[in-house]
Amino acid sequence: MNLNFTLIGQSLTFFVFVWFCLKYIWPPLKTAMRERQEAIAQGLSAAEQAQKDLAAAHSGAELELTKAKEEAQGIIEQARNRANQMVEEAKQDARDEGLRLKEAAVQEIEQEMNRAKATLRSQVAVLALAGAEKVLESSIDASRHSQMLDRLAQEL
Amino acid sequence: MASENPTTSEYIQHHLTNLTYGQLPDGSWGFAQSAQEAASMGFMSINVDSMGWSIAMGLVFLFVFSRAAGRATAGVPGGLQNFVEMIVDFIDDTTSSIFSHKNDLVAPMALTIFVWVWLMNLMDLVPVDWIPMLASAMGVHFMKVVPTTDPNITMSMAFSVFGLILYYSIKCKGAGGFLAELSFHPFPKILAPINFILEFVTLIAKPLSLGLRLFGNMYAGEMIFVLLAVMFSGGIAVNLLGGVLQWGWAVFHVVIITLQAFIFAVLTIVYLAQAHDVEEH
Repeated sequence: MNLNFTLIGQSLTFFVFVWFCLKYIWPPLKTAMRERQEAIAQGLSAAEQAQKDLAAAHSGAELELTKAKEEAQGIIEQARNRANQMVEEAKQDARDEGLRLKEAAVQEIEQEMNRAKATLRSQVAVLALAGAEKVLESSIDASRHSQMLDRLAQEL
Repeated sequence: MASENPTTSEYIQHHLTNLTYGQLPDGSWGFAQSAQEAASMGFMSINVDSMGWSIAMGLVFLFVFSRAAGRATAGVPGGLQNFVEMIVDFIDDTTSSIFSHKNDLVAPMALTIFVWVWLMNLMDLVPVDWIPMLASAMGVHFMKVVPTTDPNITMSMAFSVFGLILYYSIKCKGAGGFLAELSFHPFPKILAPINFILEFVTLIAKPLSLGLRLFGNMYAGEMIFVLLAVMFSGGIAVNLLGGVLQWGWAVFHVVIITLQAFIFAVLTIVYLAQAHDVEEH
């Protein structure tokens, strides 16, 4: 362990190695590391931006959905109103039709009644004539008395 | 091994001797055959094992990191790139929290020091006999595999850092400003010589403490591994105990090697930051 020329040799080696490191190792490594750092920073900020965009899209979609729901609700409401209206109309129609039928029937009955009355009237006149003939036992001139008989029948 | 059946002290001595290349006593050049021979070679000799492993570890660092740097893109990082970038980021954070001046050298140097010293320290976790025995089988007598247990390695790095401290001190403050900083405090200007001596000792203590701290920690750690390895020459119970202790120390040592590498890198940053600080007096 005596000091000798190794001192000089190692010093030279030391400076050569340091120079090599300074020249060829340190700069490219530092450059690469710095560039990567920048790339990572950029990537992170891009990711953050994307997240923001996504959140915005989410809220936009939510808005659209709500709008669509409201619209659908409106359509359903409209359809229900329309259906109700149609039912009402149908009911009204049915009611009118019934009323109309009833009136027609009443008229018919009335007509029938009038006809029966007329028939009865004419037959009453004949019957009354026959009855009177029987009562009087004499013939009555139908033509002479028809005026009176008609008046009688009118009173019935 | 030094001999066929080494004594304990021979075994330890063998583990603490570098493979030194230099001028042999007979005037020819070659590898020292003993610690004494290595010591007698003087300054003009070189610890081939320390240098070799140090350069090898440095190349591992450069290879792995430049591979990652070459493929570095801003895209999704792979496993290797992730690992490398984690270390780079760690060093960058540490540097920017300590060093507030503009200097592109400091952070890459801290990275180099941290990873390189850590890798050199890591060699300490290779069981102490594996590589020396392999080398011995290949005819190499000495093989110290942990470069940071060689004071030459740690001190040369410390003094290289010290050189940078002096360079940036003079560059940022001017020679006069640097001298003034050394001379004009902590005491009033009238006591400038005393101030200078105090501050000069402080200044010199920086590289010495920096290099010797790493060396001391790693040398002591290696020594404990070697001493525990001596237990393997005992009976089976001692062997087992030695194994357990080796494992325990290795686990603990993982913390030490990382901590020492980190301390060396951080102190380098701190010292250079001090060199850049222009104080008002």
